[in-house]
Amino acid sequence: MLLIHCPYCEEDRSELEFRWAGEAHIARPENISAISDEEFAEYFFLRNNEKGLTYERWRHIHGCGRFFNAARDTVSDRFLTTYKAGMPKQPLPETGASEKTVETYEATEGDAR
Amino acid sequence: MSASSNSGTFRIKGAGRLTPARTARFTFDGKSYTALEGDTVASALLAHGVHLLGRSFKYHRPRGILSAGPEEPNALIDVSRDAARRQPNVRATVQEVFDGAKIASQNRWPSLKFDVGAVNNLFSPFFAAGFYYKTFMWPREAWVKIYEPFIRRAAGLGVAPTEEDPDHYANRYAHCDVLIAGAGVAGLTAALSAAATGASVFLVDEQPEVGGALHYDTATTIDGQNGYDWAQATAAKLKAMPNVTVLTRTTVFGYYNHGFLGLVERVTDHVAKPGKDLPRERLWQVRAKKVVLATGSIERHMVFANNDRPGIMLASAARTFLNHHGVAVGRQVGVYTAHDSAYEAAFDLKRAGVSIAAIVDCRADPGEALLAEARALGISVLSGHSVTDTGGRLRISSMTVARNGGGDARKIPVDALIVSAGWTPSVHLFSQSRGKLRFDDVNQRFLPNIYAQDCVSVGSCNGTDDLAELIDEAIAAGGGSVALAGENRFEWTGGMIGAAEGAGPDTTVKAFVDFQHDVTAKDIRLAVREGMHSIEHIKRFTTNGMASDQGKLSNMHGLAIAAEMLDRPIPQVGLTTFRAPYTPVTYGTLVGHSRGELFDPARKTPMHALETAEGAEFEDVGNWKRAWYYPKRGEDMLAAVNRECRTVREVAGVFNGSTLGKIEVVGPDAAQFLNLLYTNAWDSLKPGKSRYGIMTREDGFVYDDGVVGRLAEDRFHVTTTTGGAPRVLHHMEDYLQTEFPHLKVWLTSTTEQWAVIAVQGPKAREIIQPFVEGVDISNEVFPHMSVAECSVMGVPARLFRVSFTGELGYEINVPADYGPAVWKAIWERAEPMGACLYGTETMHVLRAEKGYIIVGQDTDGTVTPHDAGLGWAVSSKKPDFVGIRGLKRPDLVRENRKQLVGLLTKDPAVVLEEGGQIVADPNQAKPMTMLGHVTSAYWSENCGRSIALALVAGGRARIGETLHVPLKDRTIEVEVTDMVFFDKDGGRIHG
Repeated sequence: MLLIHCPYCEEDRSELEFRWAGEAHIARPENISAISDEEFAEYFFLRNNEKGLTYERWRHIHGCGRFFNAARDTVSDRFLTTYKAGMPKQPLPETGASEKTVETYEATEGDAR
Repeated sequence: MSASSNSGTFRIKGAGRLTPARTARFTFDGKSYTALEGDTVASALLAHGVHLLGRSFKYHRPRGILSAGPEEPNALIDVSRDAARRQPNVRATVQEVFDGAKIASQNRWPSLKFDVGAVNNLFSPFFAAGFYYKTFMWPREAWVKIYEPFIRRAAGLGVAPTEEDPDHYANRYAHCDVLIAGAGVAGLTAALSAAATGASVFLVDEQPEVGGALHYDTATTIDGQNGYDWAQATAAKLKAMPNVTVLTRTTVFGYYNHGFLGLVERVTDHVAKPGKDLPRERLWQVRAKKVVLATGSIERHMVFANNDRPGIMLASAARTFLNHHGVAVGRQVGVYTAHDSAYEAAFDLKRAGVSIAAIVDCRADPGEALLAEARALGISVLSGHSVTDTGGRLRISSMTVARNGGGDARKIPVDALIVSAGWTPSVHLFSQSRGKLRFDDVNQRFLPNIYAQDCVSVGSCNGTDDLAELIDEAIAAGGGSVALAGENRFEWTGGMIGAAEGAGPDTTVKAFVDFQHDVTAKDIRLAVREGMHSIEHIKRFTTNGMASDQGKLSNMHGLAIAAEMLDRPIPQVGLTTFRAPYTPVTYGTLVGHSRGELFDPARKTPMHALETAEGAEFEDVGNWKRAWYYPKRGEDMLAAVNRECRTVREVAGVFNGSTLGKIEVVGPDAAQFLNLLYTNAWDSLKPGKSRYGIMTREDGFVYDDGVVGRLAEDRFHVTTTTGGAPRVLHHMEDYLQTEFPHLKVWLTSTTEQWAVIAVQGPKAREIIQPFVEGVDISNEVFPHMSVAECSVMGVPARLFRVSFTGELGYEINVPADYGPAVWKAIWERAEPMGACLYGTETMHVLRAEKGYIIVGQDTDGTVTPHDAGLGWAVSSKKPDFVGIRGLKRPDLVRENRKQLVGLLTKDPAVVLEEGGQIVADPNQAKPMTMLGHVTSAYWSENCGRSIALALVAGGRARIGETLHVPLKDRTIEVEVTDMVFFDKDGGRIHG
């Protein structure tokens, strides 16, 4: 159960109160009706689904109801920061040991070579 | 008879901490025994010389008690208070005896001592690792009918109770600064240290009393006093502090993200007559800022031939039974060890008057101090020797001892054999927290290495063996300062993992690695020979470590045997991942109060009781209970629905529409906002009017629909589908907050604030007329799609003239609390006029007769407004709306998309099945070209025939064509039609 800091309530609250809302920093094109199929695919369908540092949206749906952005390491599930909707990507705090060693099924769960 | 002999002939007078004055009676397989208060089922039975407790999983071999703690793989029992309160697979070493307990052994028939299934032991060559996979491959039918039922009966553990659990279970949330798992020396010391800083502390231990290893280790003194006494005094001191919570009989079973832990507290399982108000168990969900793991370590057994006979147990277990429970595990006890700790068990037993046959140590040079003590006590030590076999049927009777390297074998009579292969640090919770382990080559163990959370391991789970070092480490972990000194008698060294001498050859010897799943050293070697090289594969192939004890004793042995076979170092073979729960947790604990009516709370409309009184049958729509139909005496569902359908069109019907989702959209930019969220244009809608709106997602597919009424320039009453209300509001909020934050709009869910009473049919106006004030509802002034704020029976109301039946109709919205009164008054007037109450089934039929779609039934997330025949609702003038670009995607504008059409069966009496596939040529070879499927199908009483809606490729161009719906036993011919089956010119709605 994650512990998530709501930047509007300025409180750490349990994941129970939140709902994940997809990748962050994908703005709806102003001239959406005029964009090409490729541009639309890029905007609507294609997601990075990155392992490690990810920018994502959450909604404090059972709290203040606000959408906000978060930077989370999907390997360790550590939240690096959260910030209000509409703000640009925020600088990240220095983190300690990188989690880059965890990775494949083989490396974590045994050697299947 | 003295009290002590009463409670068992193997009680040692003066030994242990239980008082003979307090006894409890229990039965085991129907026979009555006396125990002392504080006994576990295991210690109580051992006191009476009972070692045989069960039969093994696969081979039905007689099994006894291996441990004295939660790691127990063998001694699983069935514990009951009464018929309903019965729990199988309870560890006898954990279950405390209570007066009146009924204990039964498991996995045996007809009796524990004579078990027919034991024939499996003779057939054991056929039950090797991977046996299930290899033997029962084919034929498939036989698997279902013969193999599986047989295996399920022959192999297995306890039997689940059949009655509903009458106990209740509690759930509690808590927060703390420091949670300490384990209250042995390390945990207690860390708790003292943390508590001294003023931090809020949770100290949690699974045993009834704190102390951990001090239960058996009587040679340790702390702060100048006996270790166990120090532990109890310390716990009392901690309990008195306001910032400390001490939970015993409580297991930390899961360590999840961000300091979140799951605990189960066993509240009444040890109590003879629990108060009715007490929960049986309590689930604690704790968020800790910091976690101190002081989980100790678990002694391993030795892997050698026939190491599973009753009477063979861990040395520390024998020491616990003696020093805590005052019970000797035998009168002539053998010792087989690779570690120093077993010596102290032998010393304690010897001093208590038990004869020690010999200490067999597979090491060449045990420590000099131990040997000296053994000599002083007159115990013979055979170093450089191994136990190569054991004898006895239902209990061990002898051990065969041989010098390592062969020769010199001799049989020594024993009635118990205590073993130790060393200690495995309990890193389960550390691993659950996503920490990474490292392998300690010297001591052959995995230890915590890289921490993923704010957590620290102290004591023997961290590989800290020295008591003084352990205390320092625990004080540092607690963050405070405490003065404490400890002392123990002997340094412990040694240990081995893997098979000992005498665990081969593979053809004949059963040297058990995993007792609960009957996995032998041979099975693991076989798995490697058959090509399993990953420990994960070996585990699954052999099922080593997959039983309910999760391999607490077997994992390291299995890993070492595999590594030896693979000729690779252990860290390269890897360790399987530890997952929650640490020990089994009852469903009751996890479910808590969420059962019965609270499992998934039902949402009921304000009129629910009135509907029930009228005899309604209900259906579930999401969490809502909706009136489905109102059968009269003697009517089945079809007859009731047919009557309701006829009556609505001939007279009128009253329908509860309260579950309809409602969202109040308010603000100067409300119309502009709706322009962006719906495909329709909203600025042209005048106050006092309403319009049917379609909502698409950005990809152009229909997301929701509903009627939107404009009450004022800046106020809209939006309705959504019953199931769609929360996600539609979420979708609206998303756009409002993140894409269109410049718009001045406020969104409020009002679903539960309004009760909605629909009156539909030719007499609808006549029915509601006398109740309505403040608006002229004549056809001229208040035509179809009008909306007004008015009062109904003096209650402020929102009145829609709207129809989902194709009839003249109204929907009266009144504040929820007034719903029942208004409903009652309207029904009292409508009934004598010949009207009916109707439910959702009739609503579905009537709307299908008119070709009105239901989003989610006739659409499925791949349907555009155009596909659904609703292209007219998509504005071509608006510069933007959600879905405008998606609707232009090549796939959405291509020819031959599936379109919603009507279907009429050639035989009007045949009703299609929803979901039925539609083909053009029923004689085409399989797989046939499927054109689409039936989305709605009903008997229409008003049309006198069946009707259906369907999604069909190029559907509208096929109107008039004959298509086919092939079913298993027949093929139904259908004709493609338009979607309106009744009142095609739509005159009735304006009546």
